Amino acid sequence: MTAPHNMTASDENLAHVRKSLKHDSADKHVAGTATYIDDIPEPEGTLHVVPVWSKKAIRANILSVNVEKAIQVPGVVAILTKDDIPGINDCSAAMGDDPVLAEGEIQFFGQAVCAIVAETRDIARRAALLVDIAFEPMTPILTQEDAVAADTTVLPDYQFRRGSPETGLTGAEHNLSGVMRIGGQEHFYLEGQIAMAIPQEDGGMFVHTSTQHPTEVQHTVAKVLGVPDAAVTAEVRRMGGGFGGKESQANQWAALASLAAAKTGRACKMRLDRDDDMIMTGKRHDFRVEWQVGHDREGRIRAVDLNFLSRCGYSADLSLGVNDRTLFHADSSYFYPDASIRSRRLKTDTCSNTAFRGFGGPQGMLAAERLIDAIAITLGKDPLDVRKLNFYDGERNVTPYGMPVEEHEVMHDLIDKLEASSDYRARREAVKAFNANSPVLKKGLALTPVKFGISFTLKHLNQAGALVHLYTDGSIHLNHGGTEMGQGLYQKVAQVVADEFGVTLDKVRITATNTSKVPNTGPTAASSGTDLNAMAAKKAAEVIKGRLVEFLCAEHKVTPDLVRFENNKVIVGEKSFRLAEVAKAAHMARIQMSHAGFYATPGITWDRETITGRPFYYFAFGGACAEVTIDTMTGEMTVDRVDILHDVGHSLNPAIDIGQIEGGFVQGMGWLTTEELWWDEQGRLRTHAPSTYKIPTASDIPADFNVNLYQGRGNPQETIYRSKAVGEPPVMLANAVFCAINDAVASLKPGVVPDLNAPATPEAIMKAVRYMRTAKVSAHAEGGAE
Amino acid sequence: MRETIRFLQNGQVVELTDVKPTETVLDYLRLRKRKTGTKEGCGEGDCGACTVALGRLSGDRVVYQPVNSCILLLGMIDGAELVTVEDLAEDNRLHPVQQALVDLHGSQCGFCTPGFVMSMFTLYHSNGAEKSRKAVTDWLAGNLCRCTGYRPIIEAALTSCFETADDCFSRRSSQTAELLQSLDDDRDVYLPYGDGFFASPASIEGLAAIYAQHPDATLVGGATDVGLWITKHLRSLPKVIWLGRVEALDRVEETASGLLIGATATYQASHDAVTSLSPDLGELWRRIGSKQVRASGTIGGNIANGSPIGDTPPALIALGATLELQNGGTSRTLPLEDFFMEYGRQDRQVGEFVTGVFVPRPTINQVFRCYKISKRFDQDISSVMGAFRFTLSDGVITEARIAFGGMAGTPKRAMETERALIGARVEDASSWASALQVLQSDYTPMTDMRASNEYRQETARALLVKALMEADGTDPAGLNVLKRREAENDRAA
Repeated sequence: MTAPHNMTASDENLAHVRKSLKHDSADKHVAGTATYIDDIPEPEGTLHVVPVWSKKAIRANILSVNVEKAIQVPGVVAILTKDDIPGINDCSAAMGDDPVLAEGEIQFFGQAVCAIVAETRDIARRAALLVDIAFEPMTPILTQEDAVAADTTVLPDYQFRRGSPETGLTGAEHNLSGVMRIGGQEHFYLEGQIAMAIPQEDGGMFVHTSTQHPTEVQHTVAKVLGVPDAAVTAEVRRMGGGFGGKESQANQWAALASLAAAKTGRACKMRLDRDDDMIMTGKRHDFRVEWQVGHDREGRIRAVDLNFLSRCGYSADLSLGVNDRTLFHADSSYFYPDASIRSRRLKTDTCSNTAFRGFGGPQGMLAAERLIDAIAITLGKDPLDVRKLNFYDGERNVTPYGMPVEEHEVMHDLIDKLEASSDYRARREAVKAFNANSPVLKKGLALTPVKFGISFTLKHLNQAGALVHLYTDGSIHLNHGGTEMGQGLYQKVAQVVADEFGVTLDKVRITATNTSKVPNTGPTAASSGTDLNAMAAKKAAEVIKGRLVEFLCAEHKVTPDLVRFENNKVIVGEKSFRLAEVAKAAHMARIQMSHAGFYATPGITWDRETITGRPFYYFAFGGACAEVTIDTMTGEMTVDRVDILHDVGHSLNPAIDIGQIEGGFVQGMGWLTTEELWWDEQGRLRTHAPSTYKIPTASDIPADFNVNLYQGRGNPQETIYRSKAVGEPPVMLANAVFCAINDAVASLKPGVVPDLNAPATPEAIMKAVRYMRTAKVSAHAEGGAE
Repeated sequence: MRETIRFLQNGQVVELTDVKPTETVLDYLRLRKRKTGTKEGCGEGDCGACTVALGRLSGDRVVYQPVNSCILLLGMIDGAELVTVEDLAEDNRLHPVQQALVDLHGSQCGFCTPGFVMSMFTLYHSNGAEKSRKAVTDWLAGNLCRCTGYRPIIEAALTSCFETADDCFSRRSSQTAELLQSLDDDRDVYLPYGDGFFASPASIEGLAAIYAQHPDATLVGGATDVGLWITKHLRSLPKVIWLGRVEALDRVEETASGLLIGATATYQASHDAVTSLSPDLGELWRRIGSKQVRASGTIGGNIANGSPIGDTPPALIALGATLELQNGGTSRTLPLEDFFMEYGRQDRQVGEFVTGVFVPRPTINQVFRCYKISKRFDQDISSVMGAFRFTLSDGVITEARIAFGGMAGTPKRAMETERALIGARVEDASSWASALQVLQSDYTPMTDMRASNEYRQETARALLVKALMEADGTDPAGLNVLKRREAENDRAA
């Protein structure tokens, strides 16, 4: 499936980097010996913490919390309320608006009011049902429309504006507008939220936490307990999936476990039940997008007006960065001469939406694809032609936020290659022929691009640290601030460090991410884990190696160019030593063999206030071509074939990168098809378990699924071995599936833009089909309107 | 009477006396034995992370089935061999299915992986499963993975699961069979626990007796629903009677006139017979739950707990099935549709239990079709499930039986529509157009997380149209995306 990777000159000395090596924990995964937090042997007397929330209240003033019955249950040791918090009752990432336990009011269905601490988890769960929460209900604000009417936001509006979109729209030959709804998404990490806190002397706390952001857990626990950051250590060896859902959302459970541990003096574990997890934690933001586009008769865009109404939930959480990234990606890969791209961060009485792989980008890009599809359908052109017509290009290569798309030729080349390898044009004809002869089933085809900006748009997060020790037996201890959630970060960094020291991987000991080893880290997010941490680890290794080289040169009277580290050996001129021998000798000579490496991404100058500077170090590109079949009587849909070509620069590990691409695509496909979050009229989430919330399963992926890495010149920026980030961009490859469904629906009446919303469930597809049956062709300018 | 449960693990007989009636196999493994390889993902049997294999005798062969240990009661593994992910490697050498997952990069976060390993282990031992991508995806549809996108896992299964089994289990299979034989006694099992008990009677008389004595006990077939009462609703069920050991209650008997399915026959066990009765019914069976759920779940349980979202009752009702019940020594039968009185209430007397269902075979002049509509094809609950049996004479409908799930608080017949169809010609759409309108008056479906009432009404009509078109000879591959996909994949292969 993977073509051999182009080698660069410097690749010749690489024994591990660029190789499709297995995940460092693969053998343990399959044997059941990989340790997740719930598998760590519990200290004697470990207690279990379960949250209590009202099954009835949506938004309400709390009148009283009666724990009498619960506290009497044998085995219940304590009940935590907000009054037990010695520090600050907040577990937010930054904004101070996420209470660990509700303060006076319930802000959404599922908000934790108190927590039971008991000898067993079963006792705690049962006791939680006995807590009586009396409340006075308030009228909840649930939808974007509710929030707009009430004018409630969690953060100020934000906008990118270029040129004169108003005159651009009115002056354009054609003008289209519509409204599109884009649903949210539950992370459904297979390992739910969990933390185990073990009290230490002098008020300290050690927290095993399933988090993408150990530093934030450390700071949150310290803040809640009212102790210095230095008193708290957070550690995570691996997560059973994260996807953004354990970036800020892990804080609360670590804080509650720590609070319980501080109060009882015993180890305390908190593992959420799956239903609680799905109800209480944040999800991908859902949107109402109001769009308008002006274009010429060829389909070239003249101006756009995009208004993103985002449901943020009851608090700000990470909504600033998420919604900014929506705006950063509302261009997809297209040049908008004049543009107004606005965002409202609406406050609703629902769980606080959060990071999810793509971080707002997917919603922005999907809206852009709707514009293109609408133009193509109304002009009767192939959508791919309209896409290519609007691609960033030589003269037209600056985004609405002022950053040039320097690699636009990569984008063009990649899409051209995919168009050829997927046999797009011939299949377009085949789809037309099929549809002409098939009254009930209709096929659709789409080829869509991905361009994703790599870097945190919050500049200070673009830094990382690593800690490398060389021991006197030649073994290497590797630690860094990045966390492992399955993406293969630990493996990639280990490959880099092994090659730096010229040793085999078994000499490199991968260790758990721990705030006492590498402090003040950012989250493992924004696809940046490898870019940042592998670079920091490489720098640490280089420094240690440099000291060894200096020592060896002095010792053996050679020049540095004659010292090489390879094949578990250190070559010094004509001599060869085992690394252990060198390490031992260096130690005897009092050479420091430990170093903390540090890396900060260069060239990022973004200023959010003035909307100037460069937000991204570079872009990652990709493309996907999807073919689907829909049933116009029931709305059922199959994805029949998918071809993907994706740009990871020069890959550090093609197998791991392919895994990220395939997994990201399927996750995106789920978001846009079967995964529907459904709240009832009262505001209760009713899809809170895998019985009702349907992520893709093995039979949902196409049998014909061709995934390849783009063979290019590598990352023009000096990233780690010229690779590119791969975590998030593939999610947006799934836009091809959504656009293909749209294409199939559109075949019912040429010239009419379907009113298809995401996710395209059978019901959503039928709604679009019904719209086509009643819509008039002349009404196309209203296409997609509600 | 036996006051212990006994099962095999790693070739050793394990005997337990202290079994809480509601203790799950997963809790036994993780909390009691601290064997943490088996994971809890959802606690409701929908994600498969907790999958373990159960070996039972079929004739003199040991057959392994994947089951969700999170909702399987510990007492239910009595007489079986329990295999978990830790048991597979030999002398630090990975099992072939494990090695294939490693070689093909089939794990990322690894949390779902032990469950996949165990499902693949049962496929590896399935002896004679056809080697196809469809067989694999069907076998693995009950294991959710959020990281890989499944492609490498499917390839690992295709690579490793269809070889002749050669592992420690195959090598000691005759010894295992002997041990399982030795555990297979005909004694009633009764494990007292506090004021309650876990019981598994060996005979129908034993069942009748203990249920008559304890009519407040909970009858358990496969626990694929009762398991959730325990793990999710936190109901305390002090008295549990498991039906799985009752002799002959799991019978599946094919006769010329139809099919008798015993109350404890699983979906898995009845699949072949059901398919031979009607391919559509077989396909419906295949899409119920997952491999794990079908290995545990029983037809009797699906009927008896009266769930409005159960998929078998509408199909069985349309086929004219009759239900058999027993109370003490007395039996009775009734048309299946009469059993479902209203939402949450069935025609089951105190002390009465379901013994089986008889499904008449469609005659030569009858057309039977059923359709399941859900957000996801596999392992999902229907938003609408429609089943149709038309009796035809020269293309004219002389009788129609139509039942829907998801359209009312119970599985329910479309009586008005059935009447309106009589006399219609299947080839003449205008002759049945009025019946489509009537269908709206037969049901007032609700809106919930699976679908709106409008969609349900519209889809119910669409399914009736499809059934009539198929009765008229329209190729199903032109009417059904799954059949279309299969046809395309077959052509490509």
